[in-house]
Amino acid sequence: MTPPHPGQEPLERRAIISGIGQSDVGRRLGRSDLDLTVEAALAAITDAGLRRDDIDGLSTYPGMGAGTGGFAGPTSPEVQDALGLSLNWHDGGGEGAGQMRAVISAVLAVAAGLARHVLVYRTVTEGTAQGTGGRQGIGGTGGGGVPRFGGFMQWSLPFGAVSAANWLAMVAQRRMHDFGLTREQMGQIAINNRRNAGLNPKAIYRDPMTMEDYLAARMITTPLCLFDCDAPCDGSTTVIVSHRDVANDLDHPAVGVNAVGTALRGRPSWDQFDDITSMAARDAGASMWERTELTPADVDTAQLYDGFSILSIVWLEALGFCGRGESGAFIEGGANIARDGLLPLNTAGGQLSGGRLHGFGLIHEACVQLRGEGGERQVERARGRLPEVAAVANGGGPIAGTMLLTRGVR
Amino acid sequence: MVANGPMLRLLPRLSDDVAFFWTSGAEDVLRLQRCHACGFLIHPPGPVCPCCLSRDLGPHEVSGRGHVETYTVNHQQWIPGSEPYIIAWVSIDEQPDVRLTANLVGVEPDDVHIGMPVRVVFEHVEDVWLPLFTPDDEAATGSGSGS
Repeated sequence: MTPPHPGQEPLERRAIISGIGQSDVGRRLGRSDLDLTVEAALAAITDAGLRRDDIDGLSTYPGMGAGTGGFAGPTSPEVQDALGLSLNWHDGGGEGAGQMRAVISAVLAVAAGLARHVLVYRTVTEGTAQGTGGRQGIGGTGGGGVPRFGGFMQWSLPFGAVSAANWLAMVAQRRMHDFGLTREQMGQIAINNRRNAGLNPKAIYRDPMTMEDYLAARMITTPLCLFDCDAPCDGSTTVIVSHRDVANDLDHPAVGVNAVGTALRGRPSWDQFDDITSMAARDAGASMWERTELTPADVDTAQLYDGFSILSIVWLEALGFCGRGESGAFIEGGANIARDGLLPLNTAGGQLSGGRLHGFGLIHEACVQLRGEGGERQVERARGRLPEVAAVANGGGPIAGTMLLTRGVR
Repeated sequence: MVANGPMLRLLPRLSDDVAFFWTSGAEDVLRLQRCHACGFLIHPPGPVCPCCLSRDLGPHEVSGRGHVETYTVNHQQWIPGSEPYIIAWVSIDEQPDVRLTANLVGVEPDDVHIGMPVRVVFEHVEDVWLPLFTPDDEAATGSGSGS
């Protein structure tokens, strides 16, 4: 498939990420989602060297009506009102290129001149919600009868396939069959991320993990064990998307948006997608590379969605860091994905150990690394060179988005 | 021994567009929506054929035979009180790009493999007949007459 407008400079390059912010992150902070969002928003505004009144755009994922249990975060009207923002553009929603749809949407708004400085946020309080309400099963023994289901969930709920864990376990099982992926190889993602989390003071799980620990963990849904699944947490992550003409005003390197990947060419469904082993990551990855002259070999660090370990494995291939079916061999032993390896992966611990900040933790870390602010966990390439190109991916199954970010504007 | 499914069967609403699918098991057959113009099987059912855009669609009986594309043994207590059970994505022999999510029954995890031929069996719960799948021994031994 050819890019929609061959020859035209991808308009996402008109945008930069000028500031980043993150609230406290923890298992049970007991704070409101709005409180956490305000903390992260003010941090990002300060980081970008802006004042509150400079913010004229607001964007979030997943937006209004997107669920309970600490998943959705505050709506954009709540955040606008809390911060007293006067907006030229605003957006919130859950349909699109993964969780980062909120960032991509902001990038497009800035490129189109609808706004100059967009505050983008993603906030979760799943840790506290599960802590206070007890971990919610489905059904239960309470009175009042069990509701019936329509929509896409009706095709899986009756069979107890209630979680993305079940669906992605089937992706992993098929990869084991087709490509010889092993549990030990999957475990390298969990171990790598835990090692990196040890250098991230905000990470949820920081104690070292051995392969023995990984293999001994209880099974959730074969072949995925507890350590293949990410950790619900509380936290808010924000980025400010601005026009690139302010890049030189910042007191830190601007993060350039080189290309975004938004395609969904297969069926938008977990069980009907044509290729069980890749799904939408294949399409988002391909569409991103169609929009840039950079190649996978130019990427200095990858922050690849790890709601489940198998997803990072899928993304490694979908973004062309290794050939189809070769990601197991690529991560074997863990050296390639370590901080001093060929492709440092999930350098803040990802979601498996850093906490499920739902895609935005990975975006934040890509910016930290490109700006050279990683401290103890800062990636350095040959001869002490700081990373210049980072790939970020969000989503799993039929949901996928990806971005190629650069240190400075190119 | 694994269970046939979760302790509690969460059930679909029998709305007009899908009721035929969830109740065809009452006659011990599996029906999928089919396009009368081009023959394409459409799942989940919809108002238009995504291949030829015909709106002349209707339920169509299929053999109930398929193959295991992949599977998992669920251990997590999403539904409290459940014993481990097997979930699979099963491709339908008449059109293998149609898959059903279903439980595998009458088989232990060690005996399941990807590519395994299976046939439909139904579990009747209230007004719903859930299509589950079990090993298709006829197809496995090559003596079956199925596709």
